[in-house]
Amino acid sequence: MLVESVMTEEILVSVERLSRRYGETQAVDGVSFTLGRGQVLGFLGLNGAGKSTTMRMVAGVLAPDAGRILIEGADLLDQPRQAKQAIGYLPEQPPLYRELTVDEQLRYSARLHGLDRAASHRAVAGVKERCGLADVGRRLTGNLSKGYRQRVGIAQAMLHDPPVLILDEPTVGLDPVQTREIRALIRELGQERGVILSTHLLPDVQVTCSHVQIMQSGRLVYAGALADLRQRRQSTCLRIGLNAPPSVAELATLPAISRVEELGGGRFRLHHPAGAAPSAALLEQARAGGWDLWELTPENASLEQIFVDLTLERETAE
Amino acid sequence: MILVIAARELRGLFLSPLAWTLLAVIQALLAWIFIILVNDFQNAQGRLAGLEHALGVTDLVVAPLFRVTAWALLLLTPLLTMRLFSEEQRTGTLDLLLSAPVSATEIVLGKYLGVLTFLLSMVALMALMPQVLMAGATLDVGKLLAGWLGLSLLAASFASAGLYLSSLTTQPIVAATATFGLLLAFWIVDVAGDGQEEASRLFGYLSLPRHNDALLLGLARSEDVAYYLLFNAAFLGMTIRRLDNLRLRG
Repeated sequence: MLVESVMTEEILVSVERLSRRYGETQAVDGVSFTLGRGQVLGFLGLNGAGKSTTMRMVAGVLAPDAGRILIEGADLLDQPRQAKQAIGYLPEQPPLYRELTVDEQLRYSARLHGLDRAASHRAVAGVKERCGLADVGRRLTGNLSKGYRQRVGIAQAMLHDPPVLILDEPTVGLDPVQTREIRALIRELGQERGVILSTHLLPDVQVTCSHVQIMQSGRLVYAGALADLRQRRQSTCLRIGLNAPPSVAELATLPAISRVEELGGGRFRLHHPAGAAPSAALLEQARAGGWDLWELTPENASLEQIFVDLTLERETAE
Repeated sequence: MILVIAARELRGLFLSPLAWTLLAVIQALLAWIFIILVNDFQNAQGRLAGLEHALGVTDLVVAPLFRVTAWALLLLTPLLTMRLFSEEQRTGTLDLLLSAPVSATEIVLGKYLGVLTFLLSMVALMALMPQVLMAGATLDVGKLLAGWLGLSLLAASFASAGLYLSSLTTQPIVAATATFGLLLAFWIVDVAGDGQEEASRLFGYLSLPRHNDALLLGLARSEDVAYYLLFNAAFLGMTIRRLDNLRLRG
């Protein structure tokens, strides 16, 4: 795995102080980030936070007002051909011609990205296999369900084997099984490439991403590795259920417990500082006091909670 | 790359019933007009035989037929070009082209070439009709070729104007209406004025069909050909600019 660790050093996308307005609205405001090989970067944010605008600019579909985008060292504005060759892009709406079959659509897209006839046939067969499209090759894209259209869109983005994939809400419209398959595919793609994806679904990020960026009103409010975010959301609560509960005051005297909430029906939530491990002492006390413990669950502050905290913190600060 | 885009455009046209319907309707109407023209010519043949320097079958049948064909092209080209860019903007497929490693020039030329191929094959079909006269009469091949050239240049001009107007809107029907209006304006611009004054000579020069008249008479002047080429280049140039602008405006 030595090779892989060397490869993660390689910067694929570098975005510097990107800005874009639509009339009066500042959609994206001075956003900078980098994407390395082997990273899956998840863009999180409320609707209208500027995720799609940022991705459209990185994909070269929209021109920025200010800032610079380098794809594998090639400036997107000065050397668009070279830069765009290195990108596979799935917009919010998969760009499919209704009157073409899946095979025709994919072959057209492959040719458009410079593959010759033989290479495009090979590439189409390859991505159909990986995206589970083997059975629908002869169907019209206009007649496909949303989930299949989405998969054709993803297949289309990875046809020419680009080192950078930009996926705008790739799991929208998929059923749970398809979602799992696509997440696994994205993780797999992220091992040898760099992937940027935007999503509303926090589980998408938890399962697939190595890095997270949270956008709010056109600005980045958080950027970091998912592992760092996990640090922030270490367990700080225990939920317990007791058949013969003592008083709340007695529970509060347990070591390392800062606060006790009564949830009713013999259930309590015990808050404790991050890093403390009160479970052992609690078990000891429960047996000694005959509390008859029937539930003990560490509760995580969810990613959702952190997301809401980060975006709302910002909003109230402004 | 231009050819890849052109091939998809052409495929898209032939996969829709619109193109086939247009071909069938136009072909049937022109065939009817052709029969009438041939009939008139036969009736007039007795009188024509007595004249010195009498007009031949090419002037009396082929030239009027091509004139009607030009009108037909004016009516139906907007229907063929209306979807070129407007549909792609509406359905979001333009993103595929814009994010692909192709330039705006290649995209525009590809689409232009695609629709032009269709129009030229339609012109070829229509122009083949008078060939049956070869069986019983002598056609002036020079005039015939000049007429073909004129129709092809007209069709190309219509296509370039339609392409540009289609890039301005996301509604195909708006693009079709605007294209028809613009082409008609270029068609009748010389009606105002008697062609003598400076201003009316300018209008006369701008007129689309006026440059076709000489070609129908078998006169292929570089001036007329240059007019059509300029017309095409101007609209293609504007379309390329418009596409670059779309990227800026979003």
